[in-house]
Amino acid sequence: MIIKNKAIVADDWQVLRATDAVVPEGRVIVPLATWLAQRDSLIKRAELGVWLASCDRPEVLRDDIDKFSVIAVDFPKFADGRGYTLAYLLRERLGYKGELRAIGDVLRDQLHYMQRAGFDAFAVRADKDINDALKAFSEFSESYQASVDQPLPLFRRVNRGAGS
Amino acid sequence: MYRYDQYDHKLIEERAAQFRDQISRRLSGELPEDEFRILRLQNGLYMQIHAYMLRIAVPYGLLNTAQVRMFAHIARKYDRDYGHFTTRQNIQFNWIKLQDAADILDDLASVEMHAIQTSGNCIRNITCDEFAGVAKDELVDPRPYAEILRQWSTFHPEFAFLPRKFKFSITGATDDRAAIAVHDIGLAVVKNSAGEVGFRVLVGGGLGRTPVIGTEICAFVPWQDVITYVESILRVYNQYGRRDNIYKARIKILVKALGIEEFRREVEADWQHTRGGACTITVEELNRVTAFFQPPAYEKRPDTELAAAQHDNRAFANWMQRNVKPHKIPGYAAVVLSLKKTGVAPGDTTAAQLDAIAELAERFSFGEVRVTHMQNVVLADVKQSELTVLWLAAKERGLATPNVGLLTDMICCPGGDFCTLANARSIPLAKAIAECFDDIDFLHDIGEIDLNISGCVNACAHHHIGHIGILGVDKDGEEWYQISIGGAQGNEASIGKVIGRSFTFGQVPEVLARLLQVYIEHRFDDERFIDTVHRLGYAPFKTYVYATPVEDDKMLAGVDYELLKAGAPYDMPYYSPRF
Repeated sequence: MIIKNKAIVADDWQVLRATDAVVPEGRVIVPLATWLAQRDSLIKRAELGVWLASCDRPEVLRDDIDKFSVIAVDFPKFADGRGYTLAYLLRERLGYKGELRAIGDVLRDQLHYMQRAGFDAFAVRADKDINDALKAFSEFSESYQASVDQPLPLFRRVNRGAGS
Repeated sequence: MYRYDQYDHKLIEERAAQFRDQISRRLSGELPEDEFRILRLQNGLYMQIHAYMLRIAVPYGLLNTAQVRMFAHIARKYDRDYGHFTTRQNIQFNWIKLQDAADILDDLASVEMHAIQTSGNCIRNITCDEFAGVAKDELVDPRPYAEILRQWSTFHPEFAFLPRKFKFSITGATDDRAAIAVHDIGLAVVKNSAGEVGFRVLVGGGLGRTPVIGTEICAFVPWQDVITYVESILRVYNQYGRRDNIYKARIKILVKALGIEEFRREVEADWQHTRGGACTITVEELNRVTAFFQPPAYEKRPDTELAAAQHDNRAFANWMQRNVKPHKIPGYAAVVLSLKKTGVAPGDTTAAQLDAIAELAERFSFGEVRVTHMQNVVLADVKQSELTVLWLAAKERGLATPNVGLLTDMICCPGGDFCTLANARSIPLAKAIAECFDDIDFLHDIGEIDLNISGCVNACAHHHIGHIGILGVDKDGEEWYQISIGGAQGNEASIGKVIGRSFTFGQVPEVLARLLQVYIEHRFDDERFIDTVHRLGYAPFKTYVYATPVEDDKMLAGVDYELLKAGAPYDMPYYSPRF
């Protein structure tokens, strides 16, 4: 089960962690290195998925960005914040419109920020209660600054009066 | 000052509710400490030796009296009757129970305050010139920009988990009183030749283990573009800053590694995508926020009242000389209330003093208070004709020590008495030094000198930029102190140089006396200590200090040293790392 578009849904994508493994048939999210090495054969598949490590560069996917059904970004530790900028760049600079999934150390208390930065799917860490994690999306009703989920900063969206 | 609207209120209330839930999940065991730790840090809650410490944000150091009174309330209800003002213009409380933290945040929200992002690897409280809006040398009031950047940085979804903490400071004056050169990003509000307002941007300054003076990355960023520009700096840092070594994770290390040209190229490449876009500040937004920082209703008064106030009372004259600062409006002055009375930990105020500060602000200064990064408090808009009355009232409350800018106006971190990071104690050393040099005539004769005491290399007390810096170091489990001289903040910011091998607690006052002795012998008329150091170099100071053995005054450390070894007789906190 994963969270997608703020609801719990069944999921049959398999995340392939090893870069040297043979890619099994079916819906597989492969490491970036595997994608780059086996692009010519993988591209023939009906559905493609790739995942980026927090140190990977998203720009290498630029030419193929529309071919993926899923792009995942791995959080090796929840405190490693590179994934937020990766998500932003995939959405804003590469124009990726498909499913953007957070994988790895994905915890309830970071989902709000992840969702703002462009993630729409979350593979919540297996030992955590995924129902509980859903609460993260209703904790805040507003935000000051723009990001992927809200392209305008608050000051361009609402009339905040004319000061004191 | 800025007042919250419905949006600000809503966000702060929602944050307080979120943290209340996180605390209850921690207490129930659902949230393990390693997951909770980062959440509590982003809400200002540290774990110290004896208890939790809560650091409350004071955006750019500005407070109203309801907020100051709330601090007094928190001190009484949840702490031990005092609070501690910090070098980030914040206030911290040292004896907090985890179970109380959510209630405190609710109390704070009721007066438009919070503890958001006062710790953790995120954008911290933005500091500012404490004389903003009243300084004679100010080109542009930096506070509206500080508030706009506060809102931009609050809960920024991309930058909540940076490689390391990130500090901004802003000045709008020609004389930098906000130490912008030692911040991750230092902003100086400037005007270009066409009279347009913009920012000179410094990047990669900082203290800590590797002190660095910031480098100019851009001489002029138009004010409209400042959000998009700093966002690009943060984005480059978030991607490329080191995460493998906590000591090499600050942006200064990245800027050094890439070189400023390459770093600038990366920032500008990113900026091309956002410059002029939706995050560009609008005139309407700037006007809206600026309207909160309009001057108070000053009266028309002659500027001769300051001279008239200089009567022959010696104590008052000393206070006038040290604690009263010029004001751009005739007939007014800015007053620094010293929190550096001998015997009191630098920056500490009792609940009664906090109430008194609020009362003085209401009586004398339009109900506004500022916190300085030197750990004092400022009443910025006092009528010169009322200085005598203010002085008497402040004196009664222990807030009129005439030592601003002098040796005993020390910056001092909490040190080994409270902080788990410290190698050595800071507060007892500050106390010992204050007692050794507790002679106001001598202090006035020595003149301006910045003495900064940090208990470890994290440099919370900015020891690198003290004219004299003291750093606590650990030698085989014992506390020692390394002395440096020649550091400076402001326009001529520089990093101090260590004079030689370190000293024991009981030797430090004698070492300071020797440094001052060299200064007294060699100074020209009105030359400050730091200028003499720059003129003579380090050698004569070093030579004299180490010429003969320095006596170790073992009595100086006093009783509490033994008490500390025996274990502090305090309430055991919840989840303490040490007990």
